[in-house]
Amino acid sequence: MYVAVKGGEKAIDNAHSWMSEIRRGDPSVPNVSLNQITEQLTLGVDRVMSEGSLYDKDLAALAIKQSRGDLIEAIFLLRAYRTTLKRFSYSKPIDTANMLCLRRISATFKDIPGGQKLGPTFDYTHRLLDFKLLAENETPLSPTQQFENKKVPHVLSFLNQEDLMQKEKDNNLDPIDITREPISFPTSRAARLQALSRGDEGFLLGLAYSTQRGYARNHAFVGELRIGIVEIELNIPELGFDINVAEIILTECETVNQFQGSKIEPPQFTRGYGLVFGQTERKALAMALIDRALRWKELGEDYSGAPAQDEEFVISHCDNIQATGFLEHIKLPHYVDFQSELELIRKIRADAKRNVKRL
Amino acid sequence: MIEKRKSWMSLLATSDQNDLLNLWDQKKIKISYEWLRQPEIGSIMAQGKMGVTGDKFNIGEVTITRCSVKLDCGTIGHSYVQGRSKRKAEISAVCDALLQTKMSKEVNENIIIPLEKIKKDKRDKILSKAEATKVDFFTLVRGESD
Repeated sequence: MYVAVKGGEKAIDNAHSWMSEIRRGDPSVPNVSLNQITEQLTLGVDRVMSEGSLYDKDLAALAIKQSRGDLIEAIFLLRAYRTTLKRFSYSKPIDTANMLCLRRISATFKDIPGGQKLGPTFDYTHRLLDFKLLAENETPLSPTQQFENKKVPHVLSFLNQEDLMQKEKDNNLDPIDITREPISFPTSRAARLQALSRGDEGFLLGLAYSTQRGYARNHAFVGELRIGIVEIELNIPELGFDINVAEIILTECETVNQFQGSKIEPPQFTRGYGLVFGQTERKALAMALIDRALRWKELGEDYSGAPAQDEEFVISHCDNIQATGFLEHIKLPHYVDFQSELELIRKIRADAKRNVKRL
Repeated sequence: MIEKRKSWMSLLATSDQNDLLNLWDQKKIKISYEWLRQPEIGSIMAQGKMGVTGDKFNIGEVTITRCSVKLDCGTIGHSYVQGRSKRKAEISAVCDALLQTKMSKEVNENIIIPLEKIKKDKRDKILSKAEATKVDFFTLVRGESD
């Protein structure tokens, strides 16, 4: 039974008003603009778009500002807004072979057609605080180099040619959309990938790490990690043809994992796959490791009881908005529920006391 | 014609709204039209493929604004553009219509070609920066050899 609590309006209004004042901070410090957030806190914006499951930089920046930098709160705001939008339709599947790569690396082959490009990365930095950034108005300029504008083939497609890599076949199936249909278990890989792509980075990171430490053995190599611009094609029903309707940044990660082979398939490598909005490589990498761990049944591997192999556990708990909604609701008044608990425990204690006296 | 139209609609859809608005405002094209569909903000679900070549799955949504206009001469223009700018959708639909009329040369020269150049410059900048981070790894054999 739920019993509503009334009252407290004035306190709530005043609390929100104070929160707004504190959000603004010291008025003598300039107000942070949305442009500053989209331009200078890019990776925070990308995380909010990917877990908010809505690609819109301005809205993500607004959400970050409104939430005082609490990214899960910002993701919540974006998700809530998302539900108000009319869904026009589904895009054509994005072909990541056409990606304009900012970054493209492979940990399995050093010489790859198209080359390895580090891009704007934190890798190989010393993780020392850079006190030069304290000085304002720094506008560093990085070098440029002549380039050839050629399509960059996927590294693992070369293993495909030798049949050393399991082929990913397109059976032309329409995937389930977890924003429209609730997930039921066992579920499909398509549903899992959608859930993982918008799942919580921290949760996925922890689970992926657990697979590396031996909870579901699946030693992964990074076959390829690429970050870049892709165009999204949409069929325009009024016209009957496709146009590129949007340009977004995606991070894609393909891992290479061993596979023993089965009765019908010879030993070959298999893939874990991660594809995430924005420049989000920690998340894409974690997603690929978890995707691979969850494929144990399809590949006829043993279930070792590891959390990362349990799709119901992973998928039901990776959404930080569901998680925080349920977790945080216990802060709200539960006076009547608790009153009944209180009465129950008093009664049990009284009964116990009476029994002791009788002895 | 369809190929050309696909190309200008794609360019308008993915252009930066400020770039498009600036070019349009500079040109001051006087044209009257009526709405067939007022600008409407919504989303599309972007789909990817499992393991690059496999079955489709849903990645997440992207904000899109669409509208349709009809010029006085009867020509109809549509737009589906990225983002939530109703003005961008409106100008894009009007451009789509005008590009099918006698005014196509003017719109092409003043809007489409400059937008193409902005897009190409942005892309070239990214690709040239990426190229400068191209790395040649080499491996060293460690330990004692036989």
